[in-house]
Amino acid sequence: MSDGKKIERPLSPFMLGPYYRLQLTSITSILTRITGNALAISAVLFVWWLLAAATSPEAFARADGILTSFIGHIALILSLWGVWYHYLAGLRHLYWDTGRGLDIPTAEKLGWAVIVGSVVLTIVTIIVI
Amino acid sequence: MVQLTLPKNSKMRTGKTWPKPEGAKNLRKFSIYRWTPDDGENPRVDTYFIDLDDCGPMVLDALIKIKDEIDPTLTFRRSCREGICGSCAMNIDGINTLACIYGMDEVKGDIRVYPLPHMPVVRDLIPDLTHFYAQHASIMPWLETKTNRPAKEWKQSIEDRKKLDGLYECVMCASCSAACPSYWWNSDRYLGPAALLHAYRWIIDSRDEATGERLDDLEDPFKLYRCHTIMNCAKTCPKGLNPAKAIAEIKRMMVDRMV
Repeated sequence: MSDGKKIERPLSPFMLGPYYRLQLTSITSILTRITGNALAISAVLFVWWLLAAATSPEAFARADGILTSFIGHIALILSLWGVWYHYLAGLRHLYWDTGRGLDIPTAEKLGWAVIVGSVVLTIVTIIVI
Repeated sequence: MVQLTLPKNSKMRTGKTWPKPEGAKNLRKFSIYRWTPDDGENPRVDTYFIDLDDCGPMVLDALIKIKDEIDPTLTFRRSCREGICGSCAMNIDGINTLACIYGMDEVKGDIRVYPLPHMPVVRDLIPDLTHFYAQHASIMPWLETKTNRPAKEWKQSIEDRKKLDGLYECVMCASCSAACPSYWWNSDRYLGPAALLHAYRWIIDSRDEATGERLDDLEDPFKLYRCHTIMNCAKTCPKGLNPAKAIAEIKRMMVDRMV
């Protein structure tokens, strides 16, 4: 019987992974958001590089040195993949917005296309540049 | 608000391991979420063993057996045991589904049973769905008409009736909404897949005469547009429906009436 005190109810577990199984569609969705945010940071790096180029040869050498270091290279390659991933995921969203491709088998196929496509395009870009 | 961990009072402890049934050869292990408001303790996860040779095939059969023969305090909702009432929706093996139509053979390894995710717990496997039902009520889940009542009935062509297929079958079990990360984090303002599927069911009903008002009501940054097409809803729906598609259709109608 209630004693008039408000019951502090627990919140049922929900965390993605241990309590809610990851799905291809949820992974591709969260990656869209992660790449979008990461690219905002990459853009700052890129602007810094351009600003340095406009400032002085020494400033450019410093910025360029960091961006072309080993870690800089990894960051740039990840950003490149991020650009392709975010672009392809955006195309998938545009297609969805027309009301098509929303059944699970098609959505999952499109998800794989975005993942594989972004990796392939990243490699192609690295080879071409 | 994005939330990645459970609040302090919701963290789970390892609970009791209940004795194995005697003489059983074909054992299956269950890990089941337990919480009662009576003792002021945190939730715990109890371990039970079921003799598969002496039990029906569905997860609900096992839960009923546990309640009957091992631990009568285990609490859960169930009614029709054939996937039509929507009462026994819970989180089984990391997805939301109806325990009555989910076979134990569909789960690999131990069977983990939790209440529907990110809901206040009433007791054990019973979530508090008050807010979920209130959101359903808010979309006016009935036929709204303005013209005079016809002498006999509101008629509908066979083609128009077909548009309701894949929508009317929803049993409001809340599996989809409780599977949606957007709903976990914004359910105070986002209506969630179940309520929106119902909203669409009335929007496209040829007999309904409040389509404009219904769309006006959903034209809101949170109510509708917190759907980011994550599709956990469609993936988990025990009735095989697709709320994500219904929501996309509402978004499309929003654009259509602007241009």
